[in-house]
Amino acid sequence: MSSATDVSEAKVPMWNDPRVRAIVSQTILVIVLIWAGWSIVDNTIHNLEQRKIASGFGFLGTTAGFGINQTLVDYNEASSYGTAFIVGLLNTLLLAFIGCILATFLGFLMGVMRLSRNWLIAKIATVYVEVMRNIPLLLQILVWYALLLETVPDKRGAFTLIPGLMDINKTGIWMPQPIPEPGFWMTALAFLIGIAAAVYTAKWAKKRQEDTGEQFPVMAATAGWVIGFPAIVFLITGMPLMIEWPVFVETGPMLRRGYQQGEGMVLNPEFVAMLIALVTYTAGFIAEIVRAGIQAVSHGQTEAAGALGLRRGAILRLVVIPQALRVIIPPLTSQYLNLTKNSSLAVAIAYMDLVAVGGIILNQTGQAIEIIGLWMLIYLTISLLTSAFMNWYNAKMALVER
Amino acid sequence: MASDRAIEAYVRTEMVPEEAPPASTSGVIGWVRQNLFPNWWNAILTVVGLYLIYLVAASLIKFAFIDAVWTGTDGSYCRHDNNRGKVPQGEPIGACWAYVKAKFGQFMYGFYPEMARWRVNLTYVLGIALLVPFAIPSVPYKLWNAILLFGVYPIVAGILLSGGSFGLELVETTQWGGLLLTLVIGITGIVASLPLGILFALGRRSKMPIVRLVSVIFIEFWRGVPLITVLFMSSVMLPLFLPEGVTIDKIVRPLIGVALFSTAYMAEVIRGGLQAIPKGQYEGAMALGLSYWKMMGLIVLPQALKLVIPGIVNTFIGLFKDTALVSIIGLSDLLGIVQTSFADANWASPTQSATAYLFLAVVYWVFCFGMSRYSVFMEELLHTGHKR
Repeated sequence: MSSATDVSEAKVPMWNDPRVRAIVSQTILVIVLIWAGWSIVDNTIHNLEQRKIASGFGFLGTTAGFGINQTLVDYNEASSYGTAFIVGLLNTLLLAFIGCILATFLGFLMGVMRLSRNWLIAKIATVYVEVMRNIPLLLQILVWYALLLETVPDKRGAFTLIPGLMDINKTGIWMPQPIPEPGFWMTALAFLIGIAAAVYTAKWAKKRQEDTGEQFPVMAATAGWVIGFPAIVFLITGMPLMIEWPVFVETGPMLRRGYQQGEGMVLNPEFVAMLIALVTYTAGFIAEIVRAGIQAVSHGQTEAAGALGLRRGAILRLVVIPQALRVIIPPLTSQYLNLTKNSSLAVAIAYMDLVAVGGIILNQTGQAIEIIGLWMLIYLTISLLTSAFMNWYNAKMALVER
Repeated sequence: MASDRAIEAYVRTEMVPEEAPPASTSGVIGWVRQNLFPNWWNAILTVVGLYLIYLVAASLIKFAFIDAVWTGTDGSYCRHDNNRGKVPQGEPIGACWAYVKAKFGQFMYGFYPEMARWRVNLTYVLGIALLVPFAIPSVPYKLWNAILLFGVYPIVAGILLSGGSFGLELVETTQWGGLLLTLVIGITGIVASLPLGILFALGRRSKMPIVRLVSVIFIEFWRGVPLITVLFMSSVMLPLFLPEGVTIDKIVRPLIGVALFSTAYMAEVIRGGLQAIPKGQYEGAMALGLSYWKMMGLIVLPQALKLVIPGIVNTFIGLFKDTALVSIIGLSDLLGIVQTSFADANWASPTQSATAYLFLAVVYWVFCFGMSRYSVFMEELLHTGHKR
């Protein structure tokens, strides 16, 4: 009797009580962190005073004074550092956005190729993946840039990539540029309405099929909404789009020959090299993710679908891919984030992205803390936004269990 | 009766010898038919694939071997004669291996004094002697091996490489370079990130809210920013953080950045392993009365780490590739020193950069592919019974 009460009332020594220990150790942790943070701030302020660096973001308003060869918004040498930063940010986003789309396509292609029953095709994809994944991206960027600059004609010549549409030389890839005229907004609006209508149609068709078993030509309807509808609006409004062709001068003074600045659209060699390197590198990783995802769908699923009488295409579309996507999406997200972060290597070949522009500003103003802080803040925001979006999508796609 | 006998006459009394399968389904021809030309569109794919391989392989072999320049004392051996070179005009010039040969010592050791390079080699030999038994699963004494490799070896390597004691001549870290520096950064990152990664992974799964919060913020912060900004931070901002008079070595600054960066990735890999351990293991350990650290150290971590060895090795591969980034902040690692050597007018030639890049690609590839093969090997060793 007495022993039972002893156990329940036996006092654990205070230094052995897990709750007390947790409180004590966390208090110590907080104190250490505060001390470390305070001493870093204190040292930094002291060091900045010593070096006579004024802190603050006032420098963002000063004139930048350097040129940027790819600008998505109005920018010239008289613009401010803040504008330059925005130009860099937009260049990063452009590269990352196009890169993610292309890398997904190439990665899925390579992933499916690795599983091909054709031995040669599977081996080619394997070699591709093993080469791309095992060489540093920075080296690959330098190689593509060197290849691009050394193998194409110089600025007085041009090599045709797509006859009449796309030429390449040392100044970049030249293409015709579509310039919207007043009234084009209606076509753009029609495109957005078309997408919304296509999504709605697909939902309606799915529900109708579930209810009645009747199928609806979803593909044709989608094409009609997304392509046909804007095209009709475009024609009705009188084709408000001008196409500006690049101008290539072959005669006349040597200095004037070649493609003329300001006519047509040009992709800088730096942009092209970065894009090729990022896409081919990331595609190697995506290919592995896709392969693992498809292999993760058990054979029983395929066999059961086959036993139900589904055709090969339907098995892939309705059974394998939806299950594989669940496995693929989370690591795919981190590959998108990696691509975005890796686009910062653009500084190595002076593609004017966030880091390259920031680096120039850093050299000119010496505002290291502010600029590195801005970099990190921007990349963190991009990372968190992307993963939030992909988590939402992942939750939508995830298996709904009881 | 007669008809019965007539039928019997046709009954076989012995088996006909087995015929070989048709030539078109077996042997080389059968394999080729089945795997390369099973139907018309696969045949087209195969032909296109063969053509692609021919294109890539032919130009690579032509560049790297057939047209290559193997010997020479300066760049003129790799230049055309209209450019003060020795190659006749019109003849193709391939890889300038003579240049890599001449610069090889620099690419491997940087500006490490030639007289002291035996110390670097000895460090390599010691490292391999400890790493190989550690990497082979069947060799015993893993704990002692790990202590030697992760505890003692870094100290010995540091003494050997930097010198200044035990009668060794002092070699400034600014003289380190090439593959040596790449390996130093990579291995330091590995050695530092593993224990720190374990700590933060445990912290993220801790029941103490502040510890968890600190771990989550640490991990998500480093994973959310690109390494190049981390390197800029460590080389530009770190000196500002320290009290006046305290300076950090130019090599150590990026080391800290790389180590913290890879710690965050390592922590996430290890957290995956911790999550894969069934709850019963934790509960069993607690029922035995083990303390937190004993439970983790003796029961949970050994199982969790074993599970995620492939992930850990993949993080190492990423870390090794990422070391190339330190060339952007001006260190002469393998990539950096090769780029520096482009400035040597003595060896200027049209194929100089292409040769150097090919050389670099091969070196990095061998290291990374070796590690990835090891990770595949471990994966197959650990994943028994899950395969179909």
